[in-house]
Amino acid sequence: MALLVAHELTCIKSDRELFSALSFAVDAGQVLHLHGPNGAGKTSLLRILVGLSQPYGGQVLFNGQPINQHSEYNSQMIYLGHKAGLSPHLSALENLHYWQQQQAIPATVDLMNLLEKLGLVGLEEVPVGHLSAGQQRRVALARLWLKPAKLWILDEPFTALDTSAIELVQTQIEQHVKAAGSVLLTSHQALSLSIEVHNLRLDYQW
Amino acid sequence: MVMQQLSAIFKRDMLLAFRQRSELLQPILFFVLVIALFPLGVGPGPELLQKMGAGVIWIATLLSALLGLERLFRDDFADGSLEQQMLSDCPLSLYALIKMFSHWLVSIVPVLVVSPLLAVFLNLTVDMYWALVLTLLIGSPLLSLIGGIGVALTVGLRKGGVLLSLLLLPLFVPLLIFATAAVDAAALQLPNTGQLALLAALLLLALGLAPLATAYALKVSQS
Repeated sequence: MALLVAHELTCIKSDRELFSALSFAVDAGQVLHLHGPNGAGKTSLLRILVGLSQPYGGQVLFNGQPINQHSEYNSQMIYLGHKAGLSPHLSALENLHYWQQQQAIPATVDLMNLLEKLGLVGLEEVPVGHLSAGQQRRVALARLWLKPAKLWILDEPFTALDTSAIELVQTQIEQHVKAAGSVLLTSHQALSLSIEVHNLRLDYQW
Repeated sequence: MVMQQLSAIFKRDMLLAFRQRSELLQPILFFVLVIALFPLGVGPGPELLQKMGAGVIWIATLLSALLGLERLFRDDFADGSLEQQMLSDCPLSLYALIKMFSHWLVSIVPVLVVSPLLAVFLNLTVDMYWALVLTLLIGSPLLSLIGGIGVALTVGLRKGGVLLSLLLLPLFVPLLIFATAAVDAAALQLPNTGQLALLAALLLLALGLAPLATAYALKVSQS
């Protein structure tokens, strides 16, 4: 059975129809790469899929149930949007620790080791606002290692990252998919994954 | 589990407040300065100041509360923490309640602490001072609670600052009327339990409903 189903979604913003009657499914162990030009509605679609915005029409199903009635949807899903969700006044360690508590994730992962893996040695205690854009992105992406969730919804995860970090994230995506997880992401660059990637294209509608 | 999430939110708020001490000092300094201006503006007659005292302190409290109010959800909205909060299992209304409580603790309780000094400034009698402290204790959480709804509604707008004041100040009129009436009654040695009870009723009503309204407004602002 498909993990996430979008059923006839319609989104209207500023009197412009971004997409209408859009239906697709993401199965367990599948990567879906969402393509489309700027302004096509990729971010709007992702925000509808995670439940932050309401669609004009249609519904989103997780494990066959509408997401707003599904009690476990939030704990089974990681969403990374354009905003990193990190307070610039707190350090990487404090931000991630808070996120763990906020999402009620058992603190089984050693945060120091994780930050070291992400190339942030020595920067654990520095306020996130003092880090570079790429380093901030790395801190935000650390969540992929922290929360055991089936579904990852990532909006432009590779923005501002250097090649080594992109490789690290792609390896993590591969591992997640091999463990029957699903990933839905938008990115303007091609993915170099060793696994099959499904593509979905959103066109700019006038 | 929800308790742990809520205590994490509270601790983070306190930590953030501590890291941004300068922003916290501004409302309290503003409060003291506004009150210090009154004797200069209207003349230092002790009777006049005593008559105006309670009203002046309450209006200054309102204005300084408005200054710090925008901080309530602005940062969380801007950096995306609010998005992540909405995607957790913790009810958004409880999150809002904790944020409002820490706002009250951080930007209004200091006003309560400096109020004895200002009571001397404005020549308030001891009876009037205690009545004033009681009205501030019961009434000032209302500023955070009602203010939270306004902030949640305007947080998505780029220039919410003045709009927020225009939206909220009329809503605080009943609070101002009952609070100053309670102090006036105390000045005349009359019982003021009626006014205080009305303030307490307003507080309980807001405590029950404001977090729900704020949570809904935050959802609307987010989508």
